[in-house]
Amino acid sequence: MRRATLILVPYLWLLALFLVPFVIVLKISLSDTALAIPPYTPTLDFGAGWQGIRDFFSQLDLENFWFLSTDDLYWKAYLSSVKIAAIATFLTLLAGYPIAYGMANAPDHWRPTLMLLVILPFWTSFLIRVYSWMGILSGEGYLNQFLMWTGLISQPLTILNTPIAVYIGIVYTYLPFMILPIYAALERMDASLLEAAEDLGCSRFKAFWLITIPLSRNGIIAGCFLVFIPTIGEFVIPSLLGGSRTLMIGKVLWEEFFNNRDWPVASAVAVILLLILIVPIILFQRNEQKQREAEG
Amino acid sequence: MRRFTWFNATSLTLGFAFLYLPMVLLIIYSFNESKLVTVWAGFSTKWYGELLRNEAFLDAAWVTLQVAFVSSTIATVLGTMAAYVMVRAGRFAGRTLFSGMIYAPLVMPEVITGLSLLLLFIGIGLDRGVFTIILAHTTFSMCYVSVVVSSRLVSFDRSLEEAALDLGCSPMQAFRLVTLPIIAPAVISGWLLAFTLSLDDLVIASFTAGPSATTLPIKIWSSIRLGVSPEINALSTLMIAVVAVGVITASIVTKRAALRQQADQRAAERA
Amino acid sequence: MTQTVFEPWNDPNEKPLIQFRGVTKRFGDFTAIDNQTFDIFEREFFALLGPSGCGKTTMMRMLAGFETPTEGTILLAGQDIAPIPPNKRAVNMMFQSYALFPHLSVWDNIAFGLKRDGMARDAIGDRVAEMLKLTRLEKFARRKPHQISGGQRQRVALARSLAKAPKLLLLDEPLGALDAKLRQDTQFELMDIQEKTGTTFVIVTHDQEEAMTVASRVAVMDHGQIIQADTPARIYETPNSVYVADFIGDVTIIEGTATRDGAGYRIDFAEGQPALYAETDIALTDGQRAYLAIRPEKVSITAEKPEDKRNALRGKILDIAYLGNLSTYHVELPKGQIVRAQTANTRRLSRRSFTWEDEVWLSWTDTAAVLLER
Repeated sequence: MRRATLILVPYLWLLALFLVPFVIVLKISLSDTALAIPPYTPTLDFGAGWQGIRDFFSQLDLENFWFLSTDDLYWKAYLSSVKIAAIATFLTLLAGYPIAYGMANAPDHWRPTLMLLVILPFWTSFLIRVYSWMGILSGEGYLNQFLMWTGLISQPLTILNTPIAVYIGIVYTYLPFMILPIYAALERMDASLLEAAEDLGCSRFKAFWLITIPLSRNGIIAGCFLVFIPTIGEFVIPSLLGGSRTLMIGKVLWEEFFNNRDWPVASAVAVILLLILIVPIILFQRNEQKQREAEG
Repeated sequence: MRRFTWFNATSLTLGFAFLYLPMVLLIIYSFNESKLVTVWAGFSTKWYGELLRNEAFLDAAWVTLQVAFVSSTIATVLGTMAAYVMVRAGRFAGRTLFSGMIYAPLVMPEVITGLSLLLLFIGIGLDRGVFTIILAHTTFSMCYVSVVVSSRLVSFDRSLEEAALDLGCSPMQAFRLVTLPIIAPAVISGWLLAFTLSLDDLVIASFTAGPSATTLPIKIWSSIRLGVSPEINALSTLMIAVVAVGVITASIVTKRAALRQQADQRAAERA
Repeated sequence: MTQTVFEPWNDPNEKPLIQFRGVTKRFGDFTAIDNQTFDIFEREFFALLGPSGCGKTTMMRMLAGFETPTEGTILLAGQDIAPIPPNKRAVNMMFQSYALFPHLSVWDNIAFGLKRDGMARDAIGDRVAEMLKLTRLEKFARRKPHQISGGQRQRVALARSLAKAPKLLLLDEPLGALDAKLRQDTQFELMDIQEKTGTTFVIVTHDQEEAMTVASRVAVMDHGQIIQADTPARIYETPNSVYVADFIGDVTIIEGTATRDGAGYRIDFAEGQPALYAETDIALTDGQRAYLAIRPEKVSITAEKPEDKRNALRGKILDIAYLGNLSTYHVELPKGQIVRAQTANTRRLSRRSFTWEDEVWLSWTDTAAVLLER
């Protein structure tokens, strides 16, 4: 009895507020736009009994998905989301690995402090961290002021409202997600492995490639997924830093919903976004599973 | 004994400069006299004054705190239950679906979560406001809580609970008197995580908030879309300060506790 | 038939493979190795024995190249090795943790060092096969380190460090992670492999039995110094100090004042007790403090006073430790000192001659005890 309550309360909560809403999105993505409230048809009419349910299903179609595939705005938005996420993930890895490496090889009494410094930004508002770059990257921003002061440039650079600003924003906000799993992998590594490699004739650099990199592979993979997956659906960063020229699917969905009030199309966009995410999510889960098994 | 090498010291310095410089600039320029945010015109705290007189911001902050407090508390209860189910309940019908629903919100893009909840609330005719934001925040943060708590429960020595049962506790008493005190740090950090996630959330709140309720992130969003503003700099500085003080205090407290435990253990071994 | 005894350290014409010349190593204020000079010869199985923190591991890490001496030089085949980095030294090390690369198979682990030398593919294959055969690991070549047992991992580590045919192999607590039974078998296997390959082995261990079993010479260390370096038999039979006598095997130490008497010294150790006598080569001044070290198995225990021995003491049995093949009697002398005597249990337990609280006589010959200055 008690066990049943324990299971049922969170179970029902998640069913009602996670699964059911999701089914609704799927359903609306198959509906037609209408000038009504809610702005789509058909709506399910239980009063009409079986006939109502049959009518309901007969009116669902893939028209919205067809629409998405014909309008190249959506194609471009999906492709550019994946491209931006992939490039940004790679850049985050380049920035994060040396930091994780430096932390893992820091003196023992330094490590808790370094760890705190990595985690601290994670607790501060995401919105504010993205916002802080607006003042730096804008035309009369701190970066341009600095570069002009040093005499490196004479005209301000246009960085804000370009993809470069989006990359900077993603690297900046997601850096802790890259650092932490890599650090965890490097920290677990037995220092005598590197000594053994050196003893067997490796130079330091060679030992890094042959031992350190392969042994931190799981951390690298985990970090890349942790950055790549949320970045694809990212909305705040492209909206604040990317300007109108940066196309990302999270932004398209938002605009489709709030500005165009086209709920069925917005839902169809969401369904496809999820389909795109399923592959990396499954790969990520398998990587985690494998790692858990390897650790016994 | 490891020492800093030249390479490691450089990469750490550059890395942390990158992580902290933007926030430092934000804080410095929040004390700028000028309305033009990027031009320094002397020290002033006037933007803090403006901020504290701005009713709209204060109202939004109050709503946000209420939402965060209520939703994180419910999420902690539900998340701890869910963690317990995942780790201890064994097999039951629909277990795979259950664990799927626990993990999926962690990787679900916020725009989708927000959209789907909004469609639900409209579908069942629920007026959007503080209540709907609380429901939405509870749902995604309970998943984070359950991940944090279940990772602690996995390493929990089950014989402690069995000992409690053996000594005459009912299962509920065993949980309350033995399990809960031991997993308390994880439950507390789960609550804190849920609280911060709720404070921080813009996208889901935008979907689920009605005209009657505006949270602080929504308010910030609508003003920074137009560009950098000194009032927002002041607000950001306050928020960063609160978080920094909180996190640093927490880490000092845990470190002290760990040191004391070590000292006690050493003293006990000597005796 | 004459058999040459392997004792290069006694041959003045023999050139040592390794020479420590006044080597000191300091970490900050801490002196790990204190001005040590000694030699290790080719084909030797040399054991560094001591408690943890005595400096034995530092000694080994200096040979491998992971630490450099603060003062003094280490010569390998007459050449100073200080400027040679670990990856260029003809010295290989078997790590205490084995340090097997977890992402590489057994085969790849063994081939790792060979590949670094740029050896031809076929030659690597042959050499790895040879090593696998030597360590009886042929069947496990494709496995990863976590898929084999502890004993097999130990052999992979050995094969990997031997693959490059080093002039010198260093073994850091090579058997520390194995259980007692497996350790014994492996000790003999190690000796066998050392003999077959003719490599010079330097082993670091804190287990005196292990050192005594495998080594041609044992160096007993304490506080960064080698106290005595000699063959296992001489370390046991003629320790040069109380520290060595006490560290190796079981011993009773009796402290007293020495007086010259014939070929040895008379030791007065307690009022009202007969003086003890020990023959020795060392020279002491009369009245000097000295220590008598007596191994329990050299002490006889009898009911009647033996007439033929000068060293005879009367005492009461306090405790009996029954070890199966042996029994050790703890006998208390009237002034409270405890002397241990060991007898072989050649008879059934029920027919044991002595029991608790019995008054007995302990005795030993003039040459049985070792007289020590410190």
